[in-house]
Amino acid sequence: MYQADVIVTLKPVVNDPQGSTIKSALHALGFTAVEDVRAGKLLRLTLDTDDRAEAAAMTESMARQLLANSVIEDFKISLVALEAPARSRRA
Amino acid sequence: MKTGIVVFPGTWSDRDCAYALHDVLGEPVRYVGHRERDLGDLDLVILPGGFSYGDYLRCGAIARFTPVMEAVARFAQDGGLVLGICNGFQVLQEARLLPGALLRNASCEFRCEWVSLRVEQTWSAFTQGMRPGQVLSLPISHGEGNFYADPATLEVLQTNDRIVFRYATPQGQVAPQANPNGSTAGIAGICNARGNVLGLMPHPERACEALLGGSDGLVLFRAAVMALQAAAV
Repeated sequence: MYQADVIVTLKPVVNDPQGSTIKSALHALGFTAVEDVRAGKLLRLTLDTDDRAEAAAMTESMARQLLANSVIEDFKISLVALEAPARSRRA
Repeated sequence: MKTGIVVFPGTWSDRDCAYALHDVLGEPVRYVGHRERDLGDLDLVILPGGFSYGDYLRCGAIARFTPVMEAVARFAQDGGLVLGICNGFQVLQEARLLPGALLRNASCEFRCEWVSLRVEQTWSAFTQGMRPGQVLSLPISHGEGNFYADPATLEVLQTNDRIVFRYATPQGQVAPQANPNGSTAGIAGICNARGNVLGLMPHPERACEALLGGSDGLVLFRAAVMALQAAAV
């Protein structure tokens, strides 16, 4: 099993009003060192495969087709091998 | 004008569209389910406003993969008239039937108000009979209507006269104070290269009689009727 984390963010050239609003709120709280905030989303997928290359390829394909909109968004993928549940290891 | 109104789970303006076209204009209307694959003999397909699939992931992202959208893409390719309103506009962009994307409003607020739109071109199917520079008053109701396209795409839209409506003052001036959501170049609606597919954020179906505050929305539906009549000659 693999866990694939897909982080989707707006492209740097696309304005992020949500990020700007969060930045203003942080400044209001006194965190004046905050130069920039970009909001995004995390999609955590659990994949039924033990093949890292296959996990990477299928996640990439899912991100391109559905998870991110290439017109406005970029994505990053990170993969972590999961311990298989005890039951399936014994089987 | 035989009109099909697509209903996804979460669509909410389908009945308003049917009211404007059938009850007010007397045109035949039927609802088209999201699993349907055959649009039959329709002349116009409307993708109405709402929150298809709860706006999960991105507005329109899930709706775009429904069986009916394959049929809508073929229908558009064959020259059928397609009108995407609000969430329907977002679906058309996700389906790549129209370029660009709609971001969260610059204010981060949901905007529900009447706006003035300046008619930018009159060659497309949905602007037949309008005058360039004509101002229409229509309501908006959205949180994500901030039109974005990269500079190259904007250039294509501009040079090919595909920007159909811009937010303007009631006098017809495109100005930042008349832009309710931060849209690039004040863009409220665009069409495809052929002019048979239109997407816009404002709701023409909610401006179909004086009791609702105005009837300028009918101008747009009547334009589609005129376009079909002209095509039939």
